[in-house]
Amino acid sequence: MTATATEAGRKPVSMAQALNRALRDAMADDPAVHVMGEDVGELGGVFRITDGLVKEFGEERCGDTPLAEAGILGTAVGMAMYGLRPVVEMQFDAFAYPGFEQLISHVARMRNRTRGAMPLPLTIRVPYGGGIGGVEHHSDSSEAYYLATPGLQVVTPATVADAYGLLRAAIASDDPVVFLEPKRLYWSRADWSPDDPAPVAPLGRAEIRRPGSSATLITYGPSLPVCMEAAEAATAEGWDLEVLDLRSLQPFDDETVCASVRRTGRAVVVHEASGFGGPGGEIAARVTERCFHHLEAPVLRVAGFDIPYPPPMLERHHLPGVDRILDTVGRLQWEADWTEGSGD
Amino acid sequence: MTVLEQRGSRNENYWPAPPPAWRPRVDPEPLLPDAEPYRLLGTDAVSRVDSGLLTELYGHLVRGRRYNAQATALTRQGRLAVYPSSTGQEACQVAAALVLEEQDWLFPSYRDTLAAVARGLDPVQALTLLRGDWHTGYDPREHRIAPLCTPLATQLPHAVGLARAARLKGDDVVAMALVGDGGTSEGDFHEALNFAAVWQAPVVFLVQNNGFAISVPLAKQSAAPSLAHKAVGYGMPGRLVDGNDAPALHEVLTEAVERARRGGGPTLVEAITYRVEAHTNADDATRYRTDDEVEQWRGHDPIALVERELSERGLLSDAFAQQVRDGAEELAAGLRDRMNQDPVLDPMDLFAHVYAEPTAQLREQEAQLRAELAAEAEGEAGSGRGPAHETTGKERP
Ligand SMILES: Cc1ncc(C[n+]2csc(CCOP(=O)(O)OP(=O)(O)O)c2C)c(N)n1
Repeated sequence: MTATATEAGRKPVSMAQALNRALRDAMADDPAVHVMGEDVGELGGVFRITDGLVKEFGEERCGDTPLAEAGILGTAVGMAMYGLRPVVEMQFDAFAYPGFEQLISHVARMRNRTRGAMPLPLTIRVPYGGGIGGVEHHSDSSEAYYLATPGLQVVTPATVADAYGLLRAAIASDDPVVFLEPKRLYWSRADWSPDDPAPVAPLGRAEIRRPGSSATLITYGPSLPVCMEAAEAATAEGWDLEVLDLRSLQPFDDETVCASVRRTGRAVVVHEASGFGGPGGEIAARVTERCFHHLEAPVLRVAGFDIPYPPPMLERHHLPGVDRILDTVGRLQWEADWTEGSGD
Repeated sequence: MTVLEQRGSRNENYWPAPPPAWRPRVDPEPLLPDAEPYRLLGTDAVSRVDSGLLTELYGHLVRGRRYNAQATALTRQGRLAVYPSSTGQEACQVAAALVLEEQDWLFPSYRDTLAAVARGLDPVQALTLLRGDWHTGYDPREHRIAPLCTPLATQLPHAVGLARAARLKGDDVVAMALVGDGGTSEGDFHEALNFAAVWQAPVVFLVQNNGFAISVPLAKQSAAPSLAHKAVGYGMPGRLVDGNDAPALHEVLTEAVERARRGGGPTLVEAITYRVEAHTNADDATRYRTDDEVEQWRGHDPIALVERELSERGLLSDAFAQQVRDGAEELAAGLRDRMNQDPVLDPMDLFAHVYAEPTAQLREQEAQLRAELAAEAEGEAGSGRGPAHETTGKERP
């Protein structure tokens, strides 16, 4: 991510600011958009994503709710039933769990149970993932739970421009979207400035961030910068890695993913969520089913360990880092002893 | 000084003035429910009930009872997968529907089909959930009836959100949310009441306390003085009413709806009633209650109570009673005939309503099912081969 915007005299913004801008623009464009959640009013949210919205749009459109995730999601369902487009903030990944009842039993299936008569345009923003030194319950990667629920769309930006574009697309969608915000990228800056044209990022479309020919790193959200770094480092080993940012986990872009893997013949899926039952298993299976004859090696995964998210002083051992990714990439070379080596 | 006395005292030096954002505490006294359930029938106050209302309620109650009986019969014929009857609770169902205006919304649970029908929903559409042909058989917006809700109490926050949204848009809409006694133990019940009170949302919560949550009696469900008392802690009035006294319910609910409409905020109404039948046709109620108890409650039957008042007023002529019975029979016959027709189902609908745009994966799965159905149809058309899933791998190319 370059500094071109600075050079041009414009100010690059952080992902947090881009999200704030997306909310502001969506609210200005459509009076049906209402923001609600814990501390989203005067405080502007604990990550300041809703900063200033209450001043601009009033408490009715950006209001603090009582502290109750099921209540927040449940009342948002009713508001959406009456034609509003609520955007709900869950304060942290692990605090969304009390709302899962509403999410799974109602949010995800209102369209289905009413045979399409009652769509539910509802955006659920969830700051997720680790790497910020958060204490227990502040660093979960909960995407697998959402992905297991048909009816939900699940997206996660990895760049500042996508943060804006995907959030606008999520709010505009007539179906519920779980919008996962990689909290360790909140303060990352890029070359997008609000003076530039508004970025567009349709739901359901993956994006190649770095073209390459020897293998594809399939990733999303907080792991994208790590994969980019790994790809740069891998050139020293003679690897030319392609880096693919999924952006949207549901709908899933089989087409872009498979086209890339067919080109490179090798794939590694990288994410922070635990590997067992995690998104990587699904992605590896899809790629294997569709690209088997193009594969030079099994699809491998680099994921968080299968442990409850560790305490902050140990999290760097848990999170997929550049070295672990490079080690895994090394294993993509089909050798006689590979099977043995994979037994670890 | 005893500990209790200490608790009551206030040391200004120790205890600072609350910050201005703290709201002054609400006086709980006016929010408290009466000690005894509110009644009109059998009391002197019944004289103020309008005769027209009494006859209207009566007609709905008789139809409702017949509807319940017919639906239960349909379970025995295998036409309905299950039916949670509201026999004995018809007064709650009918009153909840009748006090609403056209633009208002009803949020029913699985037991509240009769409330939906009393509000004007086609009885067959009201039964799709229980028949199993689709979850919701009607467009909720057309009738302003939310889908019949199976997970307990989860529809209550929806009612609050919808009522608030309507108020924000400047629309005059009240939401009537129904829940059972067991449902009041769920977290969603508490969160809904709290949100409603904080937002002063135009919602009426009607708890139909029919004594049991499947087999669990109220005493094991809650230690509160009454379920209506729960209102006070949230800052809304609680009302206790005889749930078999249709005019009393009508009055209490009308008051609550009007209060909500005026911007006075939510009310929690507890109606004491009884589930005369088992929890559903699949339940054996003799395992958890006695025949004596049921008989006692049959003596306090909501239809008989109104009937008594109507005859005392000389309003229950043979001709009128016959007319009401005929209407109920007509409803039942129509229901029977239409439910005896097999519903026409399209398996492709499975994929049609998951997302606004089916995903690529859903399209693939749709194609798979279409192929399976085609192979099945071909098999049935006399090729001698069974359905596709019974073919062996060898037969495939
Ligand atoms: C969340 C949830 N838990 C459990 C059930 C299973 N269940 C269905 S009805 C019922 C009892 C409900 O009792 P009550 O709320 O008093 O309503 P009633 O059936 O008496 O009308 C139970 C436990 C459910 N539907 N939803």
